[in-house]
Amino acid sequence: MAQVSMTVNGKTVSGEVEGRTLLVEFLRNDLNLTGTHVGCDTSQCGACVVHVNGEAVKACTMFAAEAEGADVGTIEGQANADGSLNVIQQAFQDHHGLQCGFCTPGMVMSTAALLKDNPKPTEAEVRTYLEGNICRCTGYHNIVKAIMAASGQDVSAIAAE
Amino acid sequence: MPKDNSTVEGGIGAATTRREDIRFLTGEGQYTDDINLTGQAHAVFARSDVANGVIKSIDTTAAEAMPGVLAIFTGEDFVEVGGNPAGWLINSRDGEPMKEPKRPVLAHGKVRHVGDAYAAVIAETKQQARDAVEALEVEIEELPAVIDMASAIEGGGLVHDEIDTNICFDWGWIEDNRAATDEAIKNAPHVTTLELVNNRLVPNAMEPRASTADYNPGTDEYTLYTTSQNPHLTRLLISAFVLGIPENKLRVVAPDVGGGFGSKIYHYGEEALVLAAAKKLKRPVKWTATRSEAFLTDAHGRDHVTKIELACEKDGTFIAFRTETMANVGAYLSNFSTATPTFLHGTLMAGNYTVPNVYVNVKAVFTNTAPVDAYRGAGRPEATYSIERIIDMTARELGMDPVELRRKNFVKPDQYPFASAAGLEYDSGNYDRQMDKLEKMIDREGFAARRAESEAKGKLRGLGVNAYIEACGIAPSNLVGVLGSRVGLYDAATVRVNATGNLSVMVGAHSHGQGHETAFPQVVADMLGIEAASIDIVHGDTAKIPFGMGTYGSRSLAVCGSAVVRATEKIIAKAKKIAAHMLEASDADIELKDGQFSVAGTDKSVSFGEVALKAYIPHQFPIEDIEPGLEETAFYDPANFTYPSGAYACEVEVDPETGKVTVERFAAADDFGNIINPMIVTGQVHGGLGQGIGQALVEQTAYDSDGQLLSASYMDYAMPRADDLPFYQVDHDDGTPCTHNPLGVKGCGEAGAIGSPPTVVNAVVDALQSGGHEVTHVDMPLTPSRVWSAMQG
Amino acid sequence: MYDFEMIRPTTIADAVAALGDEDAQALGGGQTLIPTLKQRLAMPSTLVSLGAISEMRGVCMSDAGEVCVGGATPHAVVAAEATAYPGLAALAGHIGDPAVRNRGTVGGSLANNDPSACYPAAALASGALIITNTREIAADDYFQGMFTTALEEGEIITEVRFPVPEMSHYEKFVQPASRFALVGVMVAKFADGVRVAVTGASEEGVYRWTEAEAALSDDFSAGALADLTVSSDGMISDLHGSGDYRAHLVKVMTGRAVTAAA
Repeated sequence: MAQVSMTVNGKTVSGEVEGRTLLVEFLRNDLNLTGTHVGCDTSQCGACVVHVNGEAVKACTMFAAEAEGADVGTIEGQANADGSLNVIQQAFQDHHGLQCGFCTPGMVMSTAALLKDNPKPTEAEVRTYLEGNICRCTGYHNIVKAIMAASGQDVSAIAAE
Repeated sequence: MPKDNSTVEGGIGAATTRREDIRFLTGEGQYTDDINLTGQAHAVFARSDVANGVIKSIDTTAAEAMPGVLAIFTGEDFVEVGGNPAGWLINSRDGEPMKEPKRPVLAHGKVRHVGDAYAAVIAETKQQARDAVEALEVEIEELPAVIDMASAIEGGGLVHDEIDTNICFDWGWIEDNRAATDEAIKNAPHVTTLELVNNRLVPNAMEPRASTADYNPGTDEYTLYTTSQNPHLTRLLISAFVLGIPENKLRVVAPDVGGGFGSKIYHYGEEALVLAAAKKLKRPVKWTATRSEAFLTDAHGRDHVTKIELACEKDGTFIAFRTETMANVGAYLSNFSTATPTFLHGTLMAGNYTVPNVYVNVKAVFTNTAPVDAYRGAGRPEATYSIERIIDMTARELGMDPVELRRKNFVKPDQYPFASAAGLEYDSGNYDRQMDKLEKMIDREGFAARRAESEAKGKLRGLGVNAYIEACGIAPSNLVGVLGSRVGLYDAATVRVNATGNLSVMVGAHSHGQGHETAFPQVVADMLGIEAASIDIVHGDTAKIPFGMGTYGSRSLAVCGSAVVRATEKIIAKAKKIAAHMLEASDADIELKDGQFSVAGTDKSVSFGEVALKAYIPHQFPIEDIEPGLEETAFYDPANFTYPSGAYACEVEVDPETGKVTVERFAAADDFGNIINPMIVTGQVHGGLGQGIGQALVEQTAYDSDGQLLSASYMDYAMPRADDLPFYQVDHDDGTPCTHNPLGVKGCGEAGAIGSPPTVVNAVVDALQSGGHEVTHVDMPLTPSRVWSAMQG
Repeated sequence: MYDFEMIRPTTIADAVAALGDEDAQALGGGQTLIPTLKQRLAMPSTLVSLGAISEMRGVCMSDAGEVCVGGATPHAVVAAEATAYPGLAALAGHIGDPAVRNRGTVGGSLANNDPSACYPAAALASGALIITNTREIAADDYFQGMFTTALEEGEIITEVRFPVPEMSHYEKFVQPASRFALVGVMVAKFADGVRVAVTGASEEGVYRWTEAEAALSDDFSAGALADLTVSSDGMISDLHGSGDYRAHLVKVMTGRAVTAAA
């Protein structure tokens, strides 16, 4: 076991981990931040996406020890300071961009990373960016729409309600 | 945006955003694996790596000595308990009941598919349990695997030694129509024949299955937290069939569930194992599947091999459909597995058409593969695919427009109720109107220009169109009882008006993405004239909800929603009596409007909240006539299925150099009857389309001849991603209301997955033919390599 | 996975020393190794993370005009910073998905030499120099078959130097599930000739299509490939495509890469 400490959602945290402890296991089991989900074991589904030093990473494919000293952001830290939904979260609700909710934390975290680098993505850019986030419920239509809306683009012309 | 016909804000017809989203968007959802109980131990299963084998010995000595190991279970430990049963008894054409081998908690004697669990280790940590699984000394003598259905039928190896065949049943529907159908086809001027495969799918709800059991030795009570679409059904199966725990001693909680699509209807052995282990250890025991386990052990979907014939007149008038299908049921019968290829498939084989003769023969086949059961659509996608593919082929053979051929044979609006040749009574619909809408939505007139543009880029463009009808809102108990169901398929709701005027509505349906927490209150709010925000839905806990059958078969609103209506009607009737007492009037004169009870023709009124308070503080209350309290339960058993229908169109581009297919446009015109929340309905259609297009283009479940699953992870099983799919055009306005449920609603959850696979395949065949390729059919999934191979001839 | 000790050295020297232990294994970005460990298909006693070695991260230009990429540089950094070699930057920008690109490294990819990975095609088509803690290895000598390289036990890739071609492009036809290359072709046109590297197709891993190189060196156009045929002998055949299909795609993707080259 080794000591690891990092900043998670602005708070300094530390704990004892094994070498093999994944970042997602540390978040879920040690910190009880269960909003970060595990949907696969081959690093593809993206339900576990968090931010490490501002970049999207798959928390199931990074060891906790590798996050030593890092600034980690999870879904639990995304809402506005007053607890209200942030722009991305609000767009997902407004445009019905989630159903069962399991992939949603990863989708929100990936969206935040996308919009940081590309504040006004096209539809094609959004779809390409989501290559590492799998959703089984929505057929992606409303996720893509929500992301474009979150970027401040007018989505009223997109088909259907 | 949809219209809001309701007088209540947020009532029926409002596109209310979902209240449950808040917790999911902030990481506060609570899924089964998020629940950790004090003192919990962890279970890991030992799973077969061969498809068929005799368990010669399992030596647990070394594993028991491993650090942290608390207990080890093998099949031997469950010999005395029951098997996990099939929910439907199907009789073969000769009247013989289906073969029904025992499905044990853990494999005993033989392992029958890769992933079949034969032991489980319980340890302090998950890693310790896994270490100990590796320390089990196991001798399994591998036998040749039975994988291919045709070979399984012919004989050779057996999946189950105790039955002398791999054929579970050989079912005919409707057997009395067989001779007439054969005769009609023999004499028909035109017969089209098509052999096709409805590809096997892995459901892949994003949340892997998980179960945690807790046992209280003081009360002998168990609690099971599990990923279920139907906690009461799960409890019933465990109590009545498998472990025999009295129902009143077992609480099943299905908290937030991350998608189901059928795969979480069923009771699985892991649930029984953690319950037994929790009792033995007097500690909570937790198990969470990895995705790799999910691929090997979740019930798969589809997997039909079918020959279908369509006989018609020279003018295209349909005479008969005749179908022969082999349906893979895998190694064991999962709970709905025998209903799916039969009554959810054969009864739909008349489609939207006035065809007079229909006959379906289905042989269900055991193989050394994971069990196959209902997956989004369940039987109806298989029926629709067969019918709508062969109609397209017939249109080409006759040189007819595929839309006109369908229109020529559609059931017409004045023919309802319509008795189909496959034994169902369709209550309402208007297929021509949907087709009219669809042709506008897809801009059929503009297709030629778009095709020319594609060709200028070196691409082939195709347009595929089809109709679908399905039977859902499962199901009338009397009818399904006759058809072999071992359960009733009603649902239930309890409406509890609390003293302070807010409401708790306990429902048997389970929401795992469908938005019940938002949509059901819209119904109650509309009926009572109060704010939806004051109404909460309670679901997913057998200790809290009435005995309902859960969520599958697009039944939640049509069946459970109807129970909510009936319970709310009882609330209104009682509340009117209380109001009448308070207003010193006759209850016949009381009107409810906008949350106020008033005496007709007067200005005397009391609010809903005042009546609620009175019910619970019954001072000066006529207790001889009215009981205190305001809580009512209703069970609702539907009179018929609901029959959503629709017309779908899609345009694809095919890259002739690589065979890559891209879906350029997709339009869906659906009839779901009345709509409670159009935003949610649209989302359901989108999701179904994503899965249907996924089936058509990318999802491929393959076992090799040894029974190894080749597509056992996301490295080889392609899930449709955002860049595989387009924006969809959907329209479900102006539906024809269901005639027999109080809301006039039809199920919408599976339609997209039912209607869309043939749309895509029809479009690809159209594209290939436009490029001069004499391709009449390509089996799904239409991967680039398959399409390219088809083009090579 | 089996447990192991995790070491995070900050210098190459310390990493090399740590890798001297028997059963020690280097950890790059972990995007392939961690899923492998989860399946318990590897059992290192020690994992030596290379992620904290700053001298192994970053993109720069050599005096000879090569793009030099530190062995522990994530794909996303190469995509953003290898602007002097647009074909390389584009290739790096399409590996895996965005989150994978923030962790996966060039050194990790080349050390693993997955037969469907993208970077081997870039290294081979560029004629890159693979620099390790002990030596320099030409790409032509480095790749020795599927999952096999010239690396010795404990040897780590510290840097990769990519000569910058006049024109280049990587054309990837993705395997629909993994999104690795079903067939990927990197074409690089240098003053002294064209190099063509093919990944995803061969059972031998990445390879140079020398017939195409010769034809394209004479005439750098897709048309120059017209008379060439690709044999399906030795091509990978699996769920996602037969050997014939892959052989066909090699030619199609090469032509597209040439047409798109800039």
